[in-house]
Amino acid sequence: MNDSPSLRTGFPLTFGLDTFGDVHSDENGTLNSHAQTVRNIVEQGVLADSVGIDFFGIGEHHTYDYPLSAGDLVLSAIAARTRDIHLGSAVTVLSSDDPVRVFQRYSTLNALSSGRAEVILGRGSSIDSFPLFGYDLSDYEVLFEEKSELFAELLKGSPVTWTGTTRAALKDQDVVPHLEAEPFPTWIGVGGSPQSVVRAARHGYNLILAIIGGSPARFQPFSNLYLEALEHFERPAQPIGVHSMGHVAATDEQAQEEFWPRYLAVMKHVSKTRGFAIPTPESFKHEIGPHGAIYVGSPETVARKIAANLRVLHASRFQLKFGMTGLAHTAVMNNIELYGTKVIPLVREILGSES
Amino acid sequence: MTSPTSTTTLPRIGILGAGHVGPAIGRVAIKAGYPVSIAGSGDPAKIALITQILVPGAKADWPAQVAAEADIVILAIPLHKFSTFDPSLVAGKVVVDLMNYWAPIDGTQQLFEDPRYGSSEIVQRHLSGSRVVKSFNHAGYHEIEADRRPAGAADRLALGVAGDDREAVELVADLVENIGYDAVLLDSLHDGRILEPGGPVFGASLNKEQFAQALTEKTAA
Ligand SMILES: NC(=O)c1ccc[n+]([C@@H]2O[C@H](COP(=O)([O-])OP(=O)(O)OC[C@H]3O[C@@H](n4cnc5c(N)ncnc54)[C@H](OP(=O)(O)O)[C@@H]3O)[C@@H](O)[C@H]2O)c1
Repeated sequence: MNDSPSLRTGFPLTFGLDTFGDVHSDENGTLNSHAQTVRNIVEQGVLADSVGIDFFGIGEHHTYDYPLSAGDLVLSAIAARTRDIHLGSAVTVLSSDDPVRVFQRYSTLNALSSGRAEVILGRGSSIDSFPLFGYDLSDYEVLFEEKSELFAELLKGSPVTWTGTTRAALKDQDVVPHLEAEPFPTWIGVGGSPQSVVRAARHGYNLILAIIGGSPARFQPFSNLYLEALEHFERPAQPIGVHSMGHVAATDEQAQEEFWPRYLAVMKHVSKTRGFAIPTPESFKHEIGPHGAIYVGSPETVARKIAANLRVLHASRFQLKFGMTGLAHTAVMNNIELYGTKVIPLVREILGSES
Repeated sequence: MTSPTSTTTLPRIGILGAGHVGPAIGRVAIKAGYPVSIAGSGDPAKIALITQILVPGAKADWPAQVAAEADIVILAIPLHKFSTFDPSLVAGKVVVDLMNYWAPIDGTQQLFEDPRYGSSEIVQRHLSGSRVVKSFNHAGYHEIEADRRPAGAADRLALGVAGDDREAVELVADLVENIGYDAVLLDSLHDGRILEPGGPVFGASLNKEQFAQALTEKTAA
């Protein structure tokens, strides 16, 4: 365990943007409609491609604040207007979906985009989809275990044979559209469940660490667990990614001024539903500092923090959850531009000059 | 955080549950010098890698074995599994209940839908042969390792410890202190309701004074 796992993962650095479909406001501070929110996300994806960002992800949500329940449709609209950027879910709540349908939708997106689809599978940390689709939250382990197993079978290509307790069995089933070449990259998003880390390795999925609070370095044991588990299951090395939230503006002050009131508003709401304490200016300062999980600041500040944490976590992919609910559309577009044109080149420079 | 002279003098910690929370507690208990065993729901082979890498130094075993050998059992299983948990496994033991019930997140669970009682009181009623202590439930498992501080440090945080059995409470308070937190004792499991989700200390990082103040403000209100 003491030989550095980073030496074992020589994957190229890639950078993404994730959105949950947050509702933003217009120039007068009025919240956009759901329909406008959906259309704006297409513009954000197109801008992301034009400034050289590698990946754009949409997280499945089913709430008033995050009306992106059918992100794959939005991704296909982005696909039609872009050339290079990879497009994927961040995450697909697989537990309350049908793996066959998820495969069909993303295989279709992969065809449309000429091989630019990716999928991130999640067990479901936001629970709104369970009652909506008639699933019992207390079944989440068996749902995710079985469905992630079936999805791995689907990625191998047809015909597919599978039996389980959470959906109808498949026997020599042809599932279309077939993949043209390699299966699209599929990741499992993990928030701190070691079972999910081992599961990702067992099925040969890439790993995304969703780090939403506290010190990112504390996730290093999870990266180690993943790399050890891949070896244990005699699989080749696979990439590790990090997903965290943040906001980039020209200066640290501007970024904080734009982000903090929006973050506080969202956290007040989340605190009420989750029963925990509301963040204070001090706890926020800590989270945006070197030992916290939020990436808010100038391009230099954010790039330095990304580089440090990719290194610690043996990760080659960083996905910034951008566009906190309620931010102005212009601030969001500015963030995308700075991330592509300033932050990413800086991280590459910092990490490149070290190796 | 402290360096105990001999591990044999410290009670054995048996952790039931190897998910988000169990290994995080195991890790800091080992660093505090406690002998630790850990179990998932079944075969220890299933958690061998997790134990080796996340809780180095701990022994992975079957749940019955872990419970039998432990002086303090830490119950770190999902609350929705509790109704099928076998109380005889932990009869006669001190059991730390760090589970939380919060319907918007966990879904409604009838067993815990009694406003007269805190969730740990309901756990105690079910585990009638054990001495239940409520602790660690209000701290995020993410931060439990990074937030440890030596006794006397200005920024040392506090954790509540609530129970009906004084001896059991003190045993758990020692664990809390040795791990690197100030233990704030509450006189009964009933009083421990103040540590639950929606209460003044849940998910807040408070030092001993702030903690005590949050409790009195709440009680006065
Ligand atoms: N999130 C937090 O920060 C936090 C903080 C304090 C307390 N809590 C509480 O901690 C508890 C545990 O949550 P978690 O997120 O760690 O759960 P989790 O990740 O789902 O893990 C549950 C673990 O419990 C095991 N298990 C289930 N039934 C068992 C049994 N009868 N005997 C022994 N092991 C059993 C599972 O083993 P298998 O995989 O073999 O089924 C698994 O290892 C919850 O009640 C939660 O409210 C959470």
